[in-house]
Amino acid sequence: MIWLNVIVQGVLLGGFYALFACGLSLMFGVLKVINLAHGDMAVVAAYVAVFLTPHLHIPGVWSFLVVVPLFGLIGYVVQRTLIQKSIDRDPFTTLLVTFGLSVVIENLLLEAYTANGQTVNIGSLIAKSWHPASIIYISYVSLAVLAAAVLVLVLLQLFLSYTGTGRLIRAVADDREAAQLSGANYRHIFGIAAAIAFATVALAGIAYGMMTQFAPTSGGINLLFAFEAVVIGGIGSLWGTLVGGVALGVAQQFGAHLNPQYQVLAGNLLFLVVLAVRPQGLFGKKTALS
Amino acid sequence: MSNPPSPALDRNGLIAVRRSTHSAIYTLVGALILVVLLTAAPWIVPAEVATTLMNFFILVIMATMWNLLAGYAGMVSIGQQAFVGLGAYATLYLALKGMNPFVTIPLAAVACAVIAYPVTYLLFRLRGGYFSIATWVIADTAMLIIGTIAVLGGGTGRSMPGLQNLSPSQTAHYSYLATWVVALVVVTGTYYLLRSRLGLVLASIRDNEVAARSAGVHVRSARRIVFIIAAAGCGAAGAVLAISQPFIQPTNEFNMQWAAEMLFVSMIGGLGTIEGPIIGSIIFFILQQTLQQEGVWYLIIFGTIAVAIALWQPRGLWGAFRDRFHTELLPVGYWVGETKVKRKIRGGQT
Repeated sequence: MIWLNVIVQGVLLGGFYALFACGLSLMFGVLKVINLAHGDMAVVAAYVAVFLTPHLHIPGVWSFLVVVPLFGLIGYVVQRTLIQKSIDRDPFTTLLVTFGLSVVIENLLLEAYTANGQTVNIGSLIAKSWHPASIIYISYVSLAVLAAAVLVLVLLQLFLSYTGTGRLIRAVADDREAAQLSGANYRHIFGIAAAIAFATVALAGIAYGMMTQFAPTSGGINLLFAFEAVVIGGIGSLWGTLVGGVALGVAQQFGAHLNPQYQVLAGNLLFLVVLAVRPQGLFGKKTALS
Repeated sequence: MSNPPSPALDRNGLIAVRRSTHSAIYTLVGALILVVLLTAAPWIVPAEVATTLMNFFILVIMATMWNLLAGYAGMVSIGQQAFVGLGAYATLYLALKGMNPFVTIPLAAVACAVIAYPVTYLLFRLRGGYFSIATWVIADTAMLIIGTIAVLGGGTGRSMPGLQNLSPSQTAHYSYLATWVVALVVVTGTYYLLRSRLGLVLASIRDNEVAARSAGVHVRSARRIVFIIAAAGCGAAGAVLAISQPFIQPTNEFNMQWAAEMLFVSMIGGLGTIEGPIIGSIIFFILQQTLQQEGVWYLIIFGTIAVAIALWQPRGLWGAFRDRFHTELLPVGYWVGETKVKRKIRGGQT
């Protein structure tokens, strides 16, 4: 029963990692770049939810209704200005620029809000849980985050498969030049992909803020987990990311069960093992491999 | 540090190929004076200045290594702190075994090189941004594993043994000299490395990887060698760090900030040049010393400058300067020019 609980908690955690990672996966799939400031965007979203939405008299639980569209907009603008400019140079520059942004954002947050932990206030909801068996407690918040992750992935899949814009995104992802020749404005498409990525990571950031305490430096470690989820699941596969997130979450919970010190280490080791024996990941194509 | 101009002539004696320019000879003279001054520094300047210089040297070592990785071999590593930390802990481990901490510095470098070799087989399975984040996973994993080893102080850290029998001023002088020697070895070593055959291979990868590959360059093995060298260099930096700041703690030695500083310094100074990281480090230290009272603002400002330079001046400050004035302090390439004979012929014709 203890092990069942470990798996259940791991799956719940995995849902969060998948939510965090799907923006990363989408950005890489379409733009072929990694945003190293991805994790910090989530933290910024959480800070906005804690410090700015109360001014609008919006309770913490509903803050995502404002913050997520706002971050979609920010994503589009940042893509069309900074990131596009660096992509025009080369992917190498994008890494340097987004890493620079990441450090700048982290330190700005540190200056503005100190290193103290914050949480998104959701009242008594935080303590409520579903209790299906003797020692298994499923927190409503974690369950909602897992549901949100699955919902986001389903919507993203439907959007990419059945809408005109979704088709354009896939076309640009497959072959940018060919799509351009057929009249697609790839910069606009890149902007839309970045908007979706930023919106999902804002949602992930707020979810994180509801589940646990966060600080200016929380972005980095979450980017690490999101990345591990993507690689374990297989680069370029949205559903692989969910499976990868769950695998990572379960591995971390197993580690934590042995010794709280081993939580992150167990996840890292799973990642390294997957990289060694199945580098394309569980569901991946070999696109990101050298 | 440079050969005197010894023109190699082509068959007709019309084209001269030289390595150094006049500025390089001035560099040699300047460098010799600088070497003497910096060696004598701890006896001349106040202790705080020597400490600052020491931190400056550590940054120069790391940035030079990072520049070799990113500027020449195209690998953006954000996990070099793995080797800084492992170098520091190798020194701590050997010192706990009773070795003199100063003797352990080269051993720490070798240990890091040995660890880096198998790591490349994992990392090189990924490319671009995925490679970058994977280097970070390696650093995080190394930190967590070290944190579980009780002998090395676990997560809370412990102080370096073997320095207690020296007086404080002796410790300061010796650790200054150790840091200075490592920096000197790393920079001159990089200089000669880039002038070697491997340097030529690296320059070709830097300029155009596809062309280099099609010309028969073994890009992957060149990258592997560079990664191992950079690991050794960062390991040596970690070792001197452990001696100069002798309380060793995982979160400090494996700090992400090392990676950030290496990256910013190389970008601002100029990627793909030897002078760049040194110039970047000078700017970094001036900024850090000026904004000392303002908390982390120096990092915010420095990061913003680095981003702006990556976008608008990707060759960095030194690159821009060199492009404009066609001068090199530490020449690694060749200059192709006319010989006196040809100039005379052309002069006679016109």
